Formats: sequence, C-alpha cells, structure tokens
Amino acid sequence: MQIKSPEFKQNARIALQDANLQRALGNLKAGFPQKRAAAVARLPEFDQLRDEARDLKNHILEHLDLYLEEFEKNVVANGGTVHWCRTAEDARKKILEICKDQDAKTVTKGKSMVTEEIDLNDYLEKNGVTPVETDLGEYILQLRKDHPSHIIAPAIHLNIEDVADAFHEHHKRPKSNDPAHLMREAREMLRKHFVAADVGITGANFLVAETGSTIICTNEGNGDLTQTLPKTHIVVSSIEKLVPTLEDMTLFLRLLARSATGQEFTVYNTLSSGPRRPGDQDGPENFHVVLVDNGRSDMVGSEFQEMLRCIRCSACMNHCPVYGAVGGHSYGWVYPGPMGSVLTPQMVGIENAGLLPNASTFCGKCEEVCPVRIPLPKLMRHWRDKEYEKHLSPTSVRSGLALWSFFATRPKLYRLFASVGNRFLRFKAGKKGRTSKLPLASAWTDHRDMPAPSGKTFMQQWKEQNR
Amino acid sequence: MASPRSRVGLFVTCLADMFRPEVAFASVKLLEMAGFDVEVPERQTCCGQPAFNSGARHDSAAIARQTIEAFDGFEYVVGPSGSCIGMLHHYPELFAEGDPWHQRALDLKSRAFEITSFLAQHLDMDKLSSSFKGKVTYHDSCSGLRELGVKRQPRELLSKIPGVQICEMEESETCCGFGGTFCVKYPDISNRMVGNKSENIRATGADTLLAGDLGCLLNMAGKLKREGIDIQARHVVEILADMASTPAIGEAEKRS
Amino acid sequence: MSKADIFNRIRGGLHVPSDDSARRAAVKARLDARQRNLIPQRAQLPENERLRLFIDMADEAAAELIELHSAAELVGTIENWAQENGIAHLVTASDEQIKSLDWSGNGTLVLEERVAQVGDEASLTSAFCGIAETGTLMLYSGQESPTTLNFLPDTHLVVLRASTIVGPYEDAWQMLRQATDGSMPRTVNLITGPSRSADIEQKLQMGAHGPRRLVIFLLHGE
Ligand code: SF4
Repeated sequence: MQIKSPEFKQNARIALQDANLQRALGNLKAGFPQKRAAAVARLPEFDQLRDEARDLKNHILEHLDLYLEEFEKNVVANGGTVHWCRTAEDARKKILEICKDQDAKTVTKGKSMVTEEIDLNDYLEKNGVTPVETDLGEYILQLRKDHPSHIIAPAIHLNIEDVADAFHEHHKRPKSNDPAHLMREAREMLRKHFVAADVGITGANFLVAETGSTIICTNEGNGDLTQTLPKTHIVVSSIEKLVPTLEDMTLFLRLLARSATGQEFTVYNTLSSGPRRPGDQDGPENFHVVLVDNGRSDMVGSEFQEMLRCIRCSACMNHCPVYGAVGGHSYGWVYPGPMGSVLTPQMVGIENAGLLPNASTFCGKCEEVCPVRIPLPKLMRHWRDKEYEKHLSPTSVRSGLALWSFFATRPKLYRLFASVGNRFLRFKAGKKGRTSKLPLASAWTDHRDMPAPSGKTFMQQWKEQNR
Repeated sequence: MASPRSRVGLFVTCLADMFRPEVAFASVKLLEMAGFDVEVPERQTCCGQPAFNSGARHDSAAIARQTIEAFDGFEYVVGPSGSCIGMLHHYPELFAEGDPWHQRALDLKSRAFEITSFLAQHLDMDKLSSSFKGKVTYHDSCSGLRELGVKRQPRELLSKIPGVQICEMEESETCCGFGGTFCVKYPDISNRMVGNKSENIRATGADTLLAGDLGCLLNMAGKLKREGIDIQARHVVEILADMASTPAIGEAEKRS
Repeated sequence: MSKADIFNRIRGGLHVPSDDSARRAAVKARLDARQRNLIPQRAQLPENERLRLFIDMADEAAAELIELHSAAELVGTIENWAQENGIAHLVTASDEQIKSLDWSGNGTLVLEERVAQVGDEASLTSAFCGIAETGTLMLYSGQESPTTLNFLPDTHLVVLRASTIVGPYEDAWQMLRQATDGSMPRTVNLITGPSRSADIEQKLQMGAHGPRRLVIFLLHGE
C-alpha cells in the first residue's frame, strides 16, 4: 500500500469537505464511545483489570523471547508449523510459498490488520492466488478496491448507498438499500467461496504460549468458516500478541470487546491449536503460524516499547476528536488514529510518515480509554523529538520556536517583547476588543477572531502597583 | 486550611500576562483570601510547553531550569491554567535520573498546583462572595482534566456563588481544538473541533462560558464571536473573585 | 535467518544477561502456576444467582433459551420447536448425550449425524459448559463434535446442562483441562449469541456468516 501519510494535511482538508464521509463518520461518534461507556459502567472492576493488563503486558514484553520459544514448541507439539518473518517481504513470500505448496487457486481471509500491513492481497493476486475477504466490511472494501479506514470497523467511511452500488455492480442483482438485505446477499455470495477455498488465512488476537493456541475474536463467524473449511489454515500474527496462559488471555478478553464495540463479549472467541486430529471429521489438515516482526523487535527496549502492549481494540481512534473529524484514510497508511501515529513512523520510517505524530492536540482522551494504558501522547511526543532532531519539522516551525525560546529564556527581553505585542494587538483591535485579521496569523483568523488583550500586560500592571 | 503567611509563587502564565491580566489579579485575590502571601517572581516567562510538544527538548529544558530557579523557596506554586501547571509536572521527564535538575524538577512538581484544585483544598469556600449572576456552562480543558484531575473543583467553587446557574454542555470533556500549536499547524481540523464546541456551548442556552485555561478560552471566544453567538467567555477565577465587571474575552470595551 | 535475527534484536533490546536463568525461572513459574488474574465480582455469584445471570446474559446476547426440567422432555421440545419454525431436517453431533436421545416417537424430523454442509437448515450439538459471566457457551471439537456444526447451518441448537454452568471463564478452562487431560482440543469455541455484523453504517444486523439463530435448551436437574 502506497504511503500517503506525508499528505495528511491535504487529506484532512478534503475529508472535512466530503459531506458523504462526514455523514458516515457521524455513525462512529454516535456509536462506539457511548457503548463503551455503558459497558465499562457495568463492570466496576474495569480499571483494575486495566492495571493488571498493563502490568501483565509489561511482564510479557520483558520475557518476549522466552514466551515465543514456548509458543513455538507447543505449536509444533500440536502438529503445526511456525514461520518467522523479519520483514513484510519475508512474510508475503512465506505465505505465498505455503499457498503454492497447496496448489492454491483461491484463499479466503478473515479480518486481519497484519495482512494489510504486509500488503498481502496485492502480492497474492500478482502471483496467481485470488484472495477473498470474508468479513463483511472487508468484503465491501475489496469489491470497491478500497482499504480499511478503521481497525475493527473497516468500512466505517462508507454509507449504505456505497455498499448498495458495489453489490449491484459486482453481484449483478437488483439494487437494494436495506442493510439486512445486503447482508443476506453477502452471506449467500460468500458461501461458495468458503467451501471452494484451498487455504484460509486469519489473523490472531492473541497467541497462547502455554498451549500453542491462536485465538480470533469475531462477531460474524466468517473467521471460523475461513479457518475450518479449507485444507490449510494460515494464521498471520505479529510477535507481540503473546500471552502466557489461558487465564492470562482471559484478562485481555474481558477488556477487548468492552473497549472495542462496547459488547460484553465478542460473539465468537475461537481457539485453534494445530491441525485436524485423528478421527476428526472436519478442520484443516495443515496449520501454519506466520509470525511477523516488521520493526517490532526494534521497539523492544526502546522508548516505544509500551506501544507493543496494544491489543488493537480501536478505542483510541473511536474517541479521538481528530480521527472523528477526518476519518482513517487521511492518515495515509494502514493504522489510523493515535495508535497509528505511533506505529506508522516505526514501520514505514519517520522520514516517510510525514508529520503524523503532530496530528494530535494531546488532549489525552486516547490514553484515558486505552485498556492497556498506553501513554499515546507521550509516545507521539517521542516521535516529535526525533523529527526535531532529524530536522524533519518544517523550517518555519523550527525558526519560530528558536526565536520564541530565545525570548523565553531572557525574562527582561521577554517582558519587552510581551508589552510590544500586547500594545500591537490592542491597537489592531481598537475598541472592538478583537480583530478578525492579523498579519502572519491567518491560520487563526481565517476561522475565528483574535481576542485583544484587555489592558497592559500583567507584569507591567503589577510593577506599576508597586507590589 | 493554610498556616498563616505561607508563601505562594504565582505562575502567571504567558497568556494571562499578555491577554488577560484580570485572570492573574483574580488569582492573587483568591489566594490572599485563602490566607497566603502571594509573590510574582520576576524571572518567570512561559512554561515551555510549545517547545516541549514540538520536540525541542533542549529549549524546553532551558526554560524548565529557569522556571525551577524562579520558584525556588516557595511553599506552593499556583497558576490559573491546567495546561501550564501540567507542563510543570512534565519537567522531570526533561532530565535524566541522577541529574540534580531531575530532583529539583520533582520537587517543583510536588509544589505546583492548578488554581481551582488548590483553592478547593485550601480556601474556606464560604468566604467566596460574588455579585455575578448568570447561566454558565463549563468547558473542561484537557490537560487540567486528564493530567491533574480537575473536574469537580471548579464546579464546587462555583456552587458557592448564589447567582451562578450551571448548565452543562454536551461533551464538555471533548477537546476544543486549541492544542497549542495544533490550531495553527492544522487550522482546518482545529476549526472543525472548535465549531463543534461552539455548537455545544450555544445549545446550553447559557450566557457565559467558563473554563480554567486561557488558550482554550481564546479559541472558543474567538469562534463564538466569529459566528456571532452572543455568549461571554471568561476564566472561572474572574467569577470566583467577583471580578467580572470588565468586558469578557474578546468583547468591546463598553457593552450597552 | 529470520528467527535468530528477531531473537537477537529482542534480547539486545532487553539487555538480556548471558545467564538469564532468573528470567527463565520467572517464565516457567508463570506458565506452571496458571494463576488467575482479577475475576469480577459478577462472575462469583452463588449457584442460583449464577444461573439467573447466565439466562439474562444469554438473552442480552440475543440467544433464545428454552428451559427444561428433565432430559426426557428434550426430544419432544426440540420436535415442537422444529415444527413451529418449519424445520424438517437436523444435522447432529454424535456425542453420548445426543446419541442417547430417543427419537422413535412419531415425530417427522429427519436427523443426520455428520459434519455440516452449505445449505443445512439447522444443527444440534451439546455444549461442554456454560459461562454465566457473559451468557457464553463453550464447545470444543472432537471425533463426535465437528466444528462446522457450530457455524455453517442457519440455526444452531445447543443442549446445555445447567449443572455445567460456571461463573467465570477461568472455571471453564479448569474444567476443560480436566476433561481433556490437559491437552488442548484442536479448537475451542466460546459462543455468545448468534452471528451479527454492524459493518454497514454501524447498524447491527443479526446473522452475518454464522448461524442467524442460536437456541439453547437449558436442562435443569441431574
Ligand atoms: S492503543 Fe490502546 S486504545 Fe488504541 S487500539 Fe491499542 S489497545 Fe486499543
């Protein structure tokens, strides 16, 4: 996927003027935050669970290598295979190789952000394997040659008319604007793919070291059909999804659905532990786990390690006023919103991520709702430090800051500067108490007035009162 | 209650200094009412947040050292802004552990308080008296709310003033879009956010908007004025100190 | 090689000492202890309240629930239900509980023990246990309980014994380990209500790809 993060500002401007997108985003704001709040209110222990989850994740990350070893050992004991992939490229190749070994023509896919991250679909297609997305949202996007704009509600940027048009065009059936009808149509169309697929690819929400199991959490049941019906099941997961035991996984499950959709529990939480057992009448004959690093191992021990606690619940973007205003595509790569502004620079390189870590007012709402208490503003600030060090921030910002710091560290000069500015602003405003136009401040005054100072600076007045 | 003659250093904040001296005077009045000696150290300028949030750690550390020195020796450091006091609380992050400045930064942090939370703790609230009358709505500024836990304190204080009727707005905890340099770096997004905010403010039917941070107030007042919405914006201390007779933020000198 | 490379980076980042026996011991201890984390109060109710909670939560998750007072009522109840809902054909699991049912009355329901196929109207399986905390069913795969039965048919009928309903998930894991001698079945399904999606305009629609209806026959007693 082409990285369009450097165009965030332009993308955002267009998004703000896109009436259809704005209508669609309205559904998000009206939905997830209230539902989460209601679910949290019903579970008095919620915040305690968050503390435990944060601490447990920290323990896991401190012992990540050892838990990964244990996981692999148990996957192998269950009859599965683990593949280690340092880069996105390694992962794509490995997955294709498994598909080719099976002579696969089509693969069905459950929802997986990691496969978006490694740009799997394009690659498979170019190499003669047809991927079919089976999550309703992802399926709609695939028909439209579109990409997810949200990590759990991938088609949140679309309205029902867009879905109706896409179905009408591809299914060649009479058009309907009824969501129930559209869903039935998708169900019917996808049945044949589920059965025909040679390989099923899913992601994983967690990897359980103790049992060598992977788990997916879905509401639709598409992931289950994807992994049960084909001869081969490939789980694609990133390395930080490990948990020690089933009990530990349970801690995260209690947080995940509530933080994500506000459900008490996801409809289907399914653990997979290897291929079909002797005597089993169904289930895959081959079980592969493709573990993707793609920059994560470099985060271990760095100032960004805390980001690896992320369980991909989407609460941070659901509550982010910037995300809510501009939608996920504005961020220009796979992961949007606050978590994306931390992950994207790591994965595509800070020099290619535009100024994404700046796309936040640091209001702190994301950190307030994050189930594993990731200090997202702090991590974005770390990226800003790096941008500044590497001279990636715009020259106007740098020189403005330098000038301002020059004054701020010289109190006497600063007083002078403040009183001149104060007088100038009062002069501009005249008797109105505000100005609607100011030189060099159009970014402010294009949209709002600039209130004028109400008198001399405080420091001047304080001095004059001789206190 | 405060032991008599405890010294408070007022952290004026650059915006109160430049735009709204009343806010600093009101703070002084309230702190004195609570029984403190208030001083305004000369060597203070700005808290350094713009540099800190733009990645200029070197500059922020220089400003932090200056602020730490300016407020040496005060029992408390109080300022009329959750955002600036929140920044003072970030100072320890600017110095490596073991660096003597780190310890001094921690020490400053332990003495630095946002004005309403400080008053809620140290002021005998029955002393408050204000002739202000009106329907007010309160915006919870982000840093104060989430970094310092300022939420109930301003409301508790306001509840002691008979003329105040609080009408809560929808999403009072949602960011107004100011975000320091954010509002000029991303003017379109900021505009959308402050637009939503002014709509929520308007919908309350209040005649006065209150908050505890001048950055947010300048932003919201500027938007309300631009949209021709006749709601007065003030810092909460102006009401608490009975100093609301001057024109509100961005208002003409004389209102008929 | 990728694996070595990844491990080196992780260990480098963590500054793992050459003797990392303390870390290994910590990991082993955690894995062996299977320690429980905080369990919400809600999941620790006395038995009768626990049952009530299961019923309420299952209902909230849009599962349908029919209570029975003896196994003898099961066949008749299922036949009636099938008739009322126009279902003539049932694919079933072949576990002991299902096999022991006597369908020899004069019902017209056609039964077949096999895996599910596209087009199947309804399936009948047994739940391993129920979890009151969220009204969740636990099922797992085995020779007599194919997984497709839980996902492919339009309607999924599940027999659940009230005596197997536990409070928290943790109790279910413990029961599972006991039942399977500690080895994980190929798949374990935690099912909470029927399939759904809100991918179109965030409006919840029931019956996405899995069963549109989940009917629980809750068997009291025994
Ligand atoms: S950063 Fe936190 S809130 Fe955001 S997706 Fe990850 S876990 Fe959820």
